[in-house]
Amino acid sequence: MAKRKRYTRTPIIRPKKYCRFKKSGIKYIDYKNPDFLMAFINEQGKLLPRRITGTSLKFQRKVAVAVKRCRHIALLPYVADQMK
Amino acid sequence: MAKTNYESVVVLTPVLSEKMMQEAVLSFEKLITENGGELIHKENWGLTKMAYPIQKKTTGFYQIFEFAAEPDAEIVDKLELAYRRDEQVLRYLCIKLDKHAAKYNERRRNGEFNKPKVKETAAPEAAKPAPKPAPVAKAEPTTSNEEV
Repeated sequence: MAKRKRYTRTPIIRPKKYCRFKKSGIKYIDYKNPDFLMAFINEQGKLLPRRITGTSLKFQRKVAVAVKRCRHIALLPYVADQMK
Repeated sequence: MAKTNYESVVVLTPVLSEKMMQEAVLSFEKLITENGGELIHKENWGLTKMAYPIQKKTTGFYQIFEFAAEPDAEIVDKLELAYRRDEQVLRYLCIKLDKHAAKYNERRRNGEFNKPKVKETAAPEAAKPAPKPAPVAKAEPTTSNEEV
């Protein structure tokens, strides 16, 4: 029998991500609330990808629009060094 | 035809005196009502700090209008034209509200979102709390999910 190398991978168990909008039934994302939108941008003020926040595609699009509107009316920065 | 809800945010220069600001706001209000708009709500955040300077100003007067109008009336065009012509306006944003947004704004007006969040107190009263949970009954779970 050929020796087969055994890979022992220890699975990292993380709690499953979920879309917070779906879970709590939020249907509209307010662009006038920068504190809330803070959760979806990194410290440079860039939008975080879905794979990190767990947001569903439908709401990620809405988040993106809200953040962009928020930036336009100068409640969130377009560029920042250290936001958080 | 059914009326559509619109929302408009204007940022005015901080160099204005309180009175001049009020006058500017009144003139925009008049423009809305004269063009067949129905003013639903207006909100003034007062002098608010901006996230980045615009025309070398770091603060601005924020004014929000919510109004209903016929979708084919050119009220938004007229309003935007007025904003662009007005030198006191640093920034403006006019958007059409969908049904969820309209519902959310209505609930916001009734002050349903003021309880959640500890952060709120630190932020200027400008930053109105919490996005919207769907029906009224679900208000509780949303507040707890905010912090996640």
